[in-house]
Amino acid sequence: MNHSIEQAGSRQLSNQLRVVLRAEDVWKSYDDGAIAVLKGVDFEVIEGQTIALCGPSGCGKSTLLHLFGGLDSPDHGRVSVNGVEVNCHRNLLRLLRHEVGFVFQLHNLIPDLTLEENCLIPTMAAGLDRRSAQARLHELAERTGLTHRLGHRIQKLSGGERQRTALCRALMNRPKILLADEPTGSLDEKSSGGVFDLLLEIVATEGVSLVMATHDRGLAGGCYRLLEMRDGRIHETVSA
Amino acid sequence: MIFLKLILTNLRRHRIRSLISVAGIAFSVAAMLTVVTILQGAIGMFSGILSSDSEIIVFERNVSDLFFSDVPAAAVDEIASWPMVSHADPVLFGIVSSADHPIITCFGVTGSDARIRKATWLEGDRNNFARHSDDVVLGQRAAEFLRAKLGDHVPIGHGIFHVIGILRTANGFEDGGVFMPLSSAQSFFHKQGSSSVITIKLRGKDDAEAFKSAVKARFASLIALEDAEFTRSYSQFKILKATAWAVGGCGLLLGGFGVANTMIMSVFTRIREIAILRVCGFSHLQIAAMIFGESAVVSFAGAVLGLLTGSCLLYALKLVPALHGYVDVTLHPVVMLIVILLALITGIAGALYPAAYAMRIRAVEALRFE
Repeated sequence: MNHSIEQAGSRQLSNQLRVVLRAEDVWKSYDDGAIAVLKGVDFEVIEGQTIALCGPSGCGKSTLLHLFGGLDSPDHGRVSVNGVEVNCHRNLLRLLRHEVGFVFQLHNLIPDLTLEENCLIPTMAAGLDRRSAQARLHELAERTGLTHRLGHRIQKLSGGERQRTALCRALMNRPKILLADEPTGSLDEKSSGGVFDLLLEIVATEGVSLVMATHDRGLAGGCYRLLEMRDGRIHETVSA
Repeated sequence: MIFLKLILTNLRRHRIRSLISVAGIAFSVAAMLTVVTILQGAIGMFSGILSSDSEIIVFERNVSDLFFSDVPAAAVDEIASWPMVSHADPVLFGIVSSADHPIITCFGVTGSDARIRKATWLEGDRNNFARHSDDVVLGQRAAEFLRAKLGDHVPIGHGIFHVIGILRTANGFEDGGVFMPLSSAQSFFHKQGSSSVITIKLRGKDDAEAFKSAVKARFASLIALEDAEFTRSYSQFKILKATAWAVGGCGLLLGGFGVANTMIMSVFTRIREIAILRVCGFSHLQIAAMIFGESAVVSFAGAVLGLLTGSCLLYALKLVPALHGYVDVTLHPVVMLIVILLALITGIAGALYPAAYAMRIRAVEALRFE
C-alpha cells in the first residue's frame, strides 16, 4: 500500500520535473539465467537528484549502474536516458561522451599519464576543441583543489587526489548523469568524507544527477533519495 | 598529442619487449635491403657488361640464359655491314674454373671490343691482344686470386694460358674475369663460329626501332633488344629479383610475427585500460587506431634502424677484398621507399588481430574483474 503511494507520488513528481533516466521492468541474469540479479527494476531519476543505491554485495547495484551507462544490456525491459533508449550496441558513444560520466571504486586512471592528460581523455574522445577542454579542466581542477597537481603523474597522487581526479574526468564533458560505483570505497574515513562532500557539492553546482552505489549508510544519508536493493528490486527507504 | 602519448606510453612501459620488436623489424629490413641491393648491383653489373659502349644487344631468341645463346658468325658479319650500325662486337660468355676458384667468368672478345679498348690497362699492351691463341688478359681481381703476373702461364679450365695483360674495370664481373680472343674462346668452349651475343652501337639512336625490325626480318632465330628492354625482360634477372624480394619478404614476415606477438601481449596486458578508454567515450576505431599507431611506431623505428644497419652492412661488404667490385652499394631511393613501406605494411598486418581483439573488449566484463 505504502509502496503504491510512493510510486504514485514519484509519478506525480516526474510529471512536474524532467526525468533524465528511466528504467522500466529491467531484468538481468548471468550464467544463462542461473543467477538472476535484477528482477523487474522500475526506477526514475529526476534532473539534479542525488540517489544512493544501497544493498549487500552482489545485490546488483553495479549491474544496474552498468545498464544505466550502456555498458551492458538488460535481458528484458528498457533503460532510457533523456528519453533515448540506452543500448550498448547503438547510441553508446553519444551516451558515454555526452550523457553519463562514471566514477569507480578504483580510480581507474592511466598511471603513466599526468592528472591533466587523464582528464583530457574524454574530451579527446568527444572531439572537444583544445581550448574549451583546457578551460573546463582548469574550472574543475579549481573546484576540486587539484590545480597545483595538474602536471603530476597519477602515481604521485594520494588516494583522495586520485578519486578527485576521477571525478574531474567523469565531469569533463558536462554529462547529465554521474554514475558512481562505491566512489569512496577505497579511501579511509577522512578522505572518504572529503571526497563525498566534494562530489555532492559539484553535482549540485553542475546540476548533474547522481546515482551512487554504496555500502556506506552514513554517506548514503547525504543523498536526496536512498534506495535499498533487495531480491533484485528497488525499495525506496528515505526521500529527503 | 594525448593520443600519441597513449601510444608511446605503452611502448615505454615495456621497453625491452618494444626494443625486441624494433630489432626484429630492423634485422628483417636490413636483410631485405642487403639482399635486394646486392642482387640489384649484380644485375646492374651484368647489364653493364652487355651495354658497354653499346645500346642494343642481339642474341638467340627464346633462350633462358645468355650462356646458351648461339649467334652465328655470319650474322655478326652481316649486321656489322649494315649502314645504321657503327660497330658490332660479338661476345662469347663462358664459365671456367681453376684451382681454388670454381667459377671464373670468361669473355671471348675481339681486339676492337670496347671492354678491351676502354679499360684501364695496368700491365701489358692492348695492341698485343689476340695475337696468339693462348693469350689472355686478366681482370685486376682475377690476377690477384690467380696470383698471376704479366708473362705468367696460368692454368684455367683444361688449358694453360699466357697472361699478356692485366686491366682494371669498375665492373666486378669483368674485374674478376678472364678475357680471351674470340676465336680462342670459341675453340675452348667448343662453340666454333658462334658467339653468345652481339653488342651493337648504332650511328643514330633513332635507328633503334629500324634496327630491331631489320634483325627480326632477316634472322628469325635472333632477337634485338635495347639495353633497358633487355634488363626488364631477361628471365634470369627476373628470377634474381623475385628471389631477392622473396628472401627479404620472408624476413619481413618473421618480423611481422614479432610485431604481432608484441601487440597481442600489449593488448592482453591492458585490457582494463582499454575498457576505461571505452568508458571515457573511445570508439572502436579510436581503440584500433591506438593499436595500429603503436605497431606503426615499432615498424617505422625498425625500418629506419634496419636501413642504417643494412647500409653499414653493405658498406662493410664492399670493404671485403674478396668481394671487391662485386658489391654495388648504391642505395636506390625506390628500394628504400619500398622497404620502408613493406615494413609498415608488415607492422600494420601484424596488428590486425590484436586490434580486432582490442575492439571486441567489453568494458563491463573488463571492469568486473580486478
